[in-house]
Amino acid sequence: MSSPLRREDVAKVAKLARLALSETELDQFTEQLGQVLEHANDIAALKLDDVVATAHPFGLINVVREDVLRESLSRDVVLAMAPDAQDGRFAVPRIMGEAP
Amino acid sequence: MRSAAEIASDVKSGASSAVSEVTQALAVIRARNEDLNVFLYVDEEGALATARRVDERVAAGDDLGSLVGVPVALKDNLCQVGVPTTAGSRILQGWLPPYNATVIDRVLAAGAVPMGKTNMDEFAMGSSTETSAYGPTRNPLDPSRVPGGSSGGSAAAVAADMTPIALGSDTGGSIRQPAALCGLVGVKPTYGLVSRYGLIAFASSLDQIGPFAKNVTDAAMLLEAIAGHDPMDSTSLPEPSPSLVAHVGDGVAGKRFGLVRELVEGADDDVVASVTRAADALRDAGARIVDLSVPEFRLGLSAYYLLAPAEASSNLARYDGVRYGLRIDGEDVAAMNEATRTAGFGAEVKRRIMLGTYALSAGYYDAYYGQALKVRTQMIDAFRRAYHEADLLLGATTPSVAFKFGAKTSNPMAMYLSDVFTIPTNLAGEAAISVPFGTGEGGLPVGVQLLGPGRSEAQLFAASRVLEVADGRS
Repeated sequence: MSSPLRREDVAKVAKLARLALSETELDQFTEQLGQVLEHANDIAALKLDDVVATAHPFGLINVVREDVLRESLSRDVVLAMAPDAQDGRFAVPRIMGEAP
Repeated sequence: MRSAAEIASDVKSGASSAVSEVTQALAVIRARNEDLNVFLYVDEEGALATARRVDERVAAGDDLGSLVGVPVALKDNLCQVGVPTTAGSRILQGWLPPYNATVIDRVLAAGAVPMGKTNMDEFAMGSSTETSAYGPTRNPLDPSRVPGGSSGGSAAAVAADMTPIALGSDTGGSIRQPAALCGLVGVKPTYGLVSRYGLIAFASSLDQIGPFAKNVTDAAMLLEAIAGHDPMDSTSLPEPSPSLVAHVGDGVAGKRFGLVRELVEGADDDVVASVTRAADALRDAGARIVDLSVPEFRLGLSAYYLLAPAEASSNLARYDGVRYGLRIDGEDVAAMNEATRTAGFGAEVKRRIMLGTYALSAGYYDAYYGQALKVRTQMIDAFRRAYHEADLLLGATTPSVAFKFGAKTSNPMAMYLSDVFTIPTNLAGEAAISVPFGTGEGGLPVGVQLLGPGRSEAQLFAASRVLEVADGRS
């Protein structure tokens, strides 16, 4: 069983997910997400040590294709969808100087 | 409106043409779309051009597929080359996909004509279309009520006679629930039966594309056209499309149906009454009804609302303002990512991204995500045990008939509960159909759900047909 969701937990998760929340949204989401997690406590409390986890319904096997050349999207088509592109590359605001 | 089967037959015989069918469909769309908000984009030119090509091929004597000249509506999370595709989100406003989803190539190969893209809950997260960034769709049967969701636009397109068939996607009930609320047949196929290539991902281990139609045969025709192995989807089942239409008339004599207590528990009286009468109809047709209890189904909702958001939080990380879609500038790349996502996503999508990020974060992974994966194993085992007792299972699709706008928007948990009967099938990767059977409050349709193991679609269609006939829709 997990402890109830706190406002600072929601703020931290929003930061990790790259979402900016207003103070009102923080309050609202803390309450709403808390309700969902409270409902989820029915499974958090189950004793399932001997149960194997299923990530996928049919136990996927990795699928590989033959290593042969085939048509793909051209670079120009892909870059044309980008908000900004320069010299055949995606362009973004500066990335240097950020905290590690 | 004529059925897809009738339209295809008339176009093949020359009694009608694809252009004539498309022109009629466009007229209905024009007359009703403004009020109902069904289509986010109507591809008038593209549809007419496709229809002309179909007619040329029919005239040349080409053997086209089963859906010749049949207009089809497409949920807006299916990529179609050059046709605006938004997934109901502001973050993809104006985006033009550079390739076709496999299902679109397949409906085209079958001779069908895509008419445009239908409204949906943003990124398929919702049960009413109220989370769409482009406003909700109204239920054509009662415009004061929701059509269900997330594939509410596709359901409404068929219910409003805009198109005889439509494609949607079902992650936790997003085809079956709107089918029930709009009085349609809606199918969630076995996981992997239909290629997901070109479907904008929500929760990849649960998502599956499937058909909407007014009758069982049309739904079987559309599923048969889109199913079968696709090398572009590594989760695609290896075999070709199964024979489905040929089995619609197989009946249910000698079959055992498990009437599952947990699939009617908490449903309104009118819904329970429809399920009971459906069981009687199946018994009258020669089936045996077995009362079953599958307590694990009660855990489905909790497991789903951890697993689906966890997968979504990862899938939606790609919307970062770099490669396509919206960008809101910021002083550095992290600020740009945050500004873009904050402006581009609506509240429900943010809730689910945060829920998923939380469920996957250090310290909570084992308690939430890890436990939910184990519950998924239990769900699969529970279905397997149930299928020792019965060939197919029977229950309600939704707890109630179509609800009013705003009835559940302030309380996410109340909205999530509309999927309580449909979620177990997605978690187990199995198949299920919602069939209209009887009416409830205000004369609105009730959906009865038939569930089967993986690859049981032919049996599900046969049972659905028995219910369709018993309900007086031959």
